[in-house]
Amino acid sequence: MLNHSRVTTSFLVLFPQNHSVPNNSSLYKKPFVESFEETPLLVAVLTYMGYGILTIFGYLRDFLRQWNIEKCHVAREREEQKDFVPLYQDFENFYTRNLYMRIRDNWNRPICSVPGAKMDLVERVSHDYNWTFEHTGKVVKDVINMGSYNYLGFAENIGACADAAVKATHKYGAGVSSTRCEMGNLDIHEELEQLVARFLGVESSMAFGMGFATNSMNIPALTGKGCLILSDELNHASLVLGARLSGSTIRVFKHNNMQSLEKLLRDAIVHGQPRTHRPWKKILIVVEGIYSMEGSVVRLPEVIALKKRYKAYLYLDEAHSIGALGPNGRGVVDYFGLDPKDVDIMMGTFTKSFGAAGGYIGGKKELIDYLRTHSHSALYATSMSPPVAQQIITSMKIIMGEDGTKLGADRLRQLSENTTYFRRKLRDMGFIIYGNDDSPVVPMMLYMPAKIGAFGREMLKRNIGTVVVGFPATPIIESRARFCISAAHTREMLDTVNACVFIQYVNTDYFKSRTQKSLRLVCKPVEHLLH
Amino acid sequence: MVQAFYEAPAYHLILEGILILWIIRLLFSKTYKLHETYKLTEKEKEDLIEEWQPDPLVPPISKDHPSLNYDVVTGPPSHKIIINGKECINFASFNFLGLLDNERVKQKALASLKKYGVGTCGPRGFYGTFDVHLELESRLAKFMKTEEAIIYSYGFATIASAIPAYSKRGDIIFVDEAACFSIQKGLQASRSFIKYFKHNDMEDLERLLKEQELEDQKNPRKARVTRKFIVVEGLYINTADVCPLPELVKLKYKYKVRIFLEESMSFGVLGEHGRGVTEHFGVNIDDIDLISANMENAVASIGGFCCGRSFVIDHQRLSGQGYCFSASLPPMLAAAAIEALNIMEEDPGTKCCSVHSNLTPGLRLVGVPFAPALHLQLDRSSGSRDSDMQLLRNIVDYCMQRQVALTLARYLEKEERFLPPPRYVNVGGNHASWVGCSQRFQSDPWDELAKCKNSTVKAVELIVVAVPHTDQYDLQSNNNSRRTDKKE
Repeated sequence: MLNHSRVTTSFLVLFPQNHSVPNNSSLYKKPFVESFEETPLLVAVLTYMGYGILTIFGYLRDFLRQWNIEKCHVAREREEQKDFVPLYQDFENFYTRNLYMRIRDNWNRPICSVPGAKMDLVERVSHDYNWTFEHTGKVVKDVINMGSYNYLGFAENIGACADAAVKATHKYGAGVSSTRCEMGNLDIHEELEQLVARFLGVESSMAFGMGFATNSMNIPALTGKGCLILSDELNHASLVLGARLSGSTIRVFKHNNMQSLEKLLRDAIVHGQPRTHRPWKKILIVVEGIYSMEGSVVRLPEVIALKKRYKAYLYLDEAHSIGALGPNGRGVVDYFGLDPKDVDIMMGTFTKSFGAAGGYIGGKKELIDYLRTHSHSALYATSMSPPVAQQIITSMKIIMGEDGTKLGADRLRQLSENTTYFRRKLRDMGFIIYGNDDSPVVPMMLYMPAKIGAFGREMLKRNIGTVVVGFPATPIIESRARFCISAAHTREMLDTVNACVFIQYVNTDYFKSRTQKSLRLVCKPVEHLLH
Repeated sequence: MVQAFYEAPAYHLILEGILILWIIRLLFSKTYKLHETYKLTEKEKEDLIEEWQPDPLVPPISKDHPSLNYDVVTGPPSHKIIINGKECINFASFNFLGLLDNERVKQKALASLKKYGVGTCGPRGFYGTFDVHLELESRLAKFMKTEEAIIYSYGFATIASAIPAYSKRGDIIFVDEAACFSIQKGLQASRSFIKYFKHNDMEDLERLLKEQELEDQKNPRKARVTRKFIVVEGLYINTADVCPLPELVKLKYKYKVRIFLEESMSFGVLGEHGRGVTEHFGVNIDDIDLISANMENAVASIGGFCCGRSFVIDHQRLSGQGYCFSASLPPMLAAAAIEALNIMEEDPGTKCCSVHSNLTPGLRLVGVPFAPALHLQLDRSSGSRDSDMQLLRNIVDYCMQRQVALTLARYLEKEERFLPPPRYVNVGGNHASWVGCSQRFQSDPWDELAKCKNSTVKAVELIVVAVPHTDQYDLQSNNNSRRTDKKE
């Protein structure tokens, strides 16, 4: 009953007719180990039952609310506008009202300190079942932070980065109030862009104020009508929005599945545009470095081989992988040991590994020149704030080792050690973990709706802040808890988290038979120590 | 029956037999289609793949494209700005209240930096909500006298995420032609029906609304679920004039449409306390369903916000794309915004002064007198957009040498729906360069103002001297240029 499928991709079966792409095992310099265990059948059935029961209760509650038997906290339309067309359809909000509201306290938790390895949460209580929250005024101190994207630990308020940001604020102020094209191009922006280009190993780069906007404003500048975008199934909302705004045709291939991508490429080139059969102007493959909900890493060597064979262009979104993967922290290209010039458009964000905000695009000089003149962001949106730009410059120099210390190398090593250790421990304890063995994003499956709320709350009681995700960010039965490992986490913190994750009555270890009895006996005493 | 078979005449039997044989033949013959379908052989497919050549990823850009080389600013972009090594008076940043180099704002930002660091390392839902964000939201809601406010981390993304959160495929949006680019992107993302009405023309809008009403009467079932919105700006960035808000509110109740108001330029500037165009006209703020503004102009920070009733705003917390899927605003910028709000509240006497001077012929000032940012337009065009842009660029360069910083308004020519100015434009239209006026000066206000006015007058006079008097510039267009001398 417990279907166990571990997929190692050293030997992949190729599309039979294609002779020119070499056998995959030679493309990977080290074993590429990813696993997505299938959902156990019993668990799937119980999950659907759980959702069914919740839906029935939801309808019951709506009925009670309508007949005023239960107090209704939902915000109402104005009296004067009662005869307008309703702003929301009742059905659209069903999920929000009846399922999300009950476990809403697991999200939007306010913090009042640096989002480092440990953080302070603002304590809040709800007296009306999560419809409204009150702040008690107390602060929950030293909560272990497994939720922030702080891969290299640069979210700190002391140290070289913070000092440099202070100097930049004194020099430039906090805001800019103008676009890049007009008066907003400061010398610090030019310095940042040259540094980013050197870091990535590309000819030139351009920085923007928001990562989401980098995707949604630059993809329309690159493609238009008559172009084809092949995008992965699980791409981020910003990539999907950018692709839609561009007006190109979009085709989706299965997540990280190279046969599906190759089939789409062949069909596209052979048959051309739909109905007219004109040849496509451009084909753009859009993939991400690390997918944040799955923890999987893109199969970049194969994508590049396909791209070269079929003359497509590659857009790589390294939001989570820049700084977090690779021996030098240069992202997924570094991790596979490939040439950065093979990727046409390298995009990434500064929010995750650099502790700042904003996004960048790197590539050939012609590409960046074109974006300088045609990107929506450069012409219409305000440029990046100076202290934020300074933070990126300082942290990037530390990672590259240009500040003279070994701090960057230490952090990179610490991150990869932490990742391997944490993943191995959780897997040994019997939990279902998705994703690549080297990715610092660790999704742990929960499946059942009730466990989402229970897990989040119980971990908070034990002073650990985790992120739980459910529908619609994930498929309906595959809700999960997600841990983000950071270089700032110590071994003790990871051990504490490991011990606490095994919460007896929540029971999220679905592979009990795989765990050796001795290991479970070891975990139990540790848990008693903590309570 | 067998008897009838024997009694039938011979020719009848033969005919029937032939017919039966024909039917059998038809039944067993292969079917054929009118259009032959084809299947490509593998070799043909490989050949097609070999032959296909894509376009280059980006078209080549000429080296002297006007937007290619940016002017480099060293030092703070405040009202004295150093561009390309030269110190100029800044007439080009949207620093309306002069808060970019305010010491109090900087100190608050530094205090926040020392407490929280720079970045937030997460979206609002996953430990990216800081207490400063909550404080800023409640302060904004209190300042604007609405129930709730929501903050975005990027000004452009604010209205571009708010519109698609409410208006979906099948809904109808009525927009002014001069709407700014971020509104256009929001409209495009929403996939609704868009109907443009002429700039600030209420009769045109009413005509469109009446047409829609007739359509609704034909199909009441569909009309009951089709949401309708009007999207306008308080102070238009492309034409520097104000929307007629009281008439819009009347139209709203008459035709039952909701109003979304974009107040990036007018927040902090119009109205007695700086609350924007609703205060300026004395309209009840609850009549407007959603007010969106960015904090990058008057408030001199980064980001944007939407405010309104909880019924409307709360929806964006789960369906605003730029809110849910993006990292939150760095806390130091939120703290800077809070301090800027404090300053605005303490000193409600902020008014925008206008720098209308005796503008010599050749240039026309576009915009309402109390607008903080105005356009200078060429009176008559030389016939091609490129040469006009080149001429304006020369004017801007000339001014910069005289220590006055102006800037050319840039537009994405192929992407803008209605290329400004508001008249429907072919390639040979008028163009604009910005003149932004900073209204609060730290040191002696009247002194600086006089200096500012003198510099502008001098710059403009010099412009006329510098501009070659070709046939295209008609000196009799004196009558057309506005000569307003108001100073408040």
